[in-house]
Amino acid sequence: MITYLIKRLLEMIPTLFGITLLSFFIIHLAPGKPTDIFTELNPKITPEARERLEKLYSLDKPILVQYGMWLKKIVRLDFGASFSSDRRSVMEKIWDNRKPLLERRLFVTFMINLLSMIIIFLIAIPIGISSATHQHSLYDKITTTTVFIGFAMPSFWLALLLMMFFGVYLDWLPVSQLKSMNYDSLTLSGKIWDLAKHLILPIFVSAFGGLAADSRYMRSSMLEVIRQDYVTVARAKGLPERAVIYKHALRNALLPIITLLGLSVPGLIGGSVIFENIFGIPGMGQLFYMSVMTRDYPTVMGVLTIGAMLTLLGNLMADLGYMLADPRIRAK
Amino acid sequence: MNGSSLRNVFWRRFKKNRLAVAGGVIVLVLFFVAIFAPLISPYDPNDIDRKHVLEAPGIKHPFGTDDLGRDILSRMIWGARISLSVGFVAVGIATIIGMIAGALAGYYGGWADRIIMRFIDIMLTIPTFFLILAVIAFIGAGIWNIMIVIGITSWMGVARLVRAEFLSIKQREYVLAARAVGASDFRIIFRHIMINSMSPVLVSAILGIAGAVLVESALSFLGIGIQPPTPSWGNILTLGKDNIEIAWWLSVYPGLAILITVLGYNLLGEGIRDSIDPRLWDTERR
Repeated sequence: MITYLIKRLLEMIPTLFGITLLSFFIIHLAPGKPTDIFTELNPKITPEARERLEKLYSLDKPILVQYGMWLKKIVRLDFGASFSSDRRSVMEKIWDNRKPLLERRLFVTFMINLLSMIIIFLIAIPIGISSATHQHSLYDKITTTTVFIGFAMPSFWLALLLMMFFGVYLDWLPVSQLKSMNYDSLTLSGKIWDLAKHLILPIFVSAFGGLAADSRYMRSSMLEVIRQDYVTVARAKGLPERAVIYKHALRNALLPIITLLGLSVPGLIGGSVIFENIFGIPGMGQLFYMSVMTRDYPTVMGVLTIGAMLTLLGNLMADLGYMLADPRIRAK
Repeated sequence: MNGSSLRNVFWRRFKKNRLAVAGGVIVLVLFFVAIFAPLISPYDPNDIDRKHVLEAPGIKHPFGTDDLGRDILSRMIWGARISLSVGFVAVGIATIIGMIAGALAGYYGGWADRIIMRFIDIMLTIPTFFLILAVIAFIGAGIWNIMIVIGITSWMGVARLVRAEFLSIKQREYVLAARAVGASDFRIIFRHIMINSMSPVLVSAILGIAGAVLVESALSFLGIGIQPPTPSWGNILTLGKDNIEIAWWLSVYPGLAILITVLGYNLLGEGIRDSIDPRLWDTERR
C-alpha cells in the first residue's frame, strides 16, 4: 500500500512537469505581450521604458530560459512576483498567511469545492441507488427527467435564476460576497449563520452538474450490478433486500463512481471561475479571471499549476478510495 | 444482415424512442431558425430604440427589450447562428484531431501510443476551462478563435474512443486479410478500420456539440466570448445579470434557449447511441 502510494506520487511528477511546460508555452506564446496593456493605458510610454519593463519581467529572454527560471522557483513552491502594479508575490495573493482563512483565496475555493463534492456524494448516491432499485417507477422517471435537464442546465443560468428568486424576489439570501459587512462584529454562531447564507447558493450551483451526472452513473452502475449472479445468489439464500442492496451490490456499484468523483475535480475547479464571478466570491477563479484580463502571467501560471495539482490529488484520492472499496486491487 | 436492413432496424428503434425524436426535432428547428434568421426575426437585432429601453415582454416585443431598446427575440434568433456554428465547427475540429490521434495510438501502439496517451492524460489534468479562458483572453475573442480553442481542448474523449475501437478492430480477420493482400497502412486505417468505428464517434460528436454550446455561452457570459453588438445567448445573459433586479426577461429567455438546445443535442445523441447499439436491440423495450 505504502509503496503503491509512493509510486503513484512519483508518477505525478512527470505529468505535472508536462502540464506546466504545456501551459507555460501556450500562455507565453499567445500573440501580444503583458506590456501592451501599459502601452494602451499610457500612449506616451517610450520604447525604452517598455524595454525596461520587459527586462524587469524577464520577457526579453528566450522562452526556454524563462521556463527554466520559473521551474527553479516552483520547486520551492515560489510562483514568483505577479505582474500587477503592486508586484506582490503570487503565493501571497493565493494564500496570505497574515490574513484570516476566509480571506485566503485558495482556502475559499477549496472549501467550496470540497463541500460541493461532499454534497454530491451524499445526495447523488442515494438517489442513484433508489432509482435503480425502483426502475421504471414514477420516482425513477421523475429523477431521470430531472437529471437529464440538470445535465443541460448551464450553471451560470441556474445561478442567475436562484439569485433572482432567493435574492431579489424573496429577498432571503445575499447574492454576493462571502460575508456581510458587519461580519466581524457578529457572535460565533452569527458568523456561521452569515457564512452559511452566503455559501448556500454558490455551493448548490457548483454541485448541481455533478449531482446530475453522478446520480445518473450511480443508477446505471447499480442496475448493472443487481443483474449479476452473485446478487441473485444473495437473494436466493434468503437475505433481506436491504442487505442485498447495501452490502452486496453497493460496494461493487460504487467503484466506477469513485473514479468519476476523482475525474470531476477539473470540472469543479473550472466551474469556480463562473460561480465566483457571479457571486463575487474572492477565490481562485476570481483571481484567475482578473489576472487573465491583465495578462499577469505568473499569477495565471500559479493558478493553473495549483488547479492541476488539485486535480492530480483528486485522482490519487479516487485511486485510494478504489483500493479501500475493492479488495481485489488491494491484493495486487 | 445487409446495410439497408441494418438501417431499417436503426430507424425503427429510433422512431420508437420518443425522447430521441424530440431531440431531433429540437435540433432541426434550431437549424431552421439559424438559417432563416434574417427572414423570421421581427426586428434588426442591432436596432437601437432609446424610447423603449428595458421594456417587459409584450405584444410588440414578445421577449422584451434590452438596455438599448433592442428586441430580445430578434437577438436570440441571430444568437442561434452563433451557437450552432460554434458548436459544429469546434466539434468538427475536436473530432478530426481526436480521430487522428486515436487512430495513430490504436493502430501503431508502442511508443506512439504511449506518447499520445500521456499527452491526453496531461490535457485531462489541466483545468481546461481555465486554459480556454486564458488563451481567448490573450488572442482576442473572435468567433473563429473561440471555435478553434474549444476544438483543440476537447478532442481527448474522441481520441480515447477511437483508440479503443482500433484496438478491438485491428485484429479482426478482414483487417488481417487487407494487410495480407498488401494494402497500405493509410488504406487500412481509413478504408477498413475508421469506417467501422464511426458510430460511437458520431454519438460523441453530437454530445460534444452540447458541451461546446455550453462553453461558448459561458465564455460570452463572462465577457470573454462573443462580443456585443454581435448577439449571442451568453452575452444577453450578461445584461440579465447586470439588470437582475429590474429585467427578469433578459435572464430567463436566453438561458432557456441554451437549456433547450443542449437538451436537444443530448437527447438526439443518446437516442442514436441506443438505436445503434445492437446489444440493446432485443433486450430493452421502451
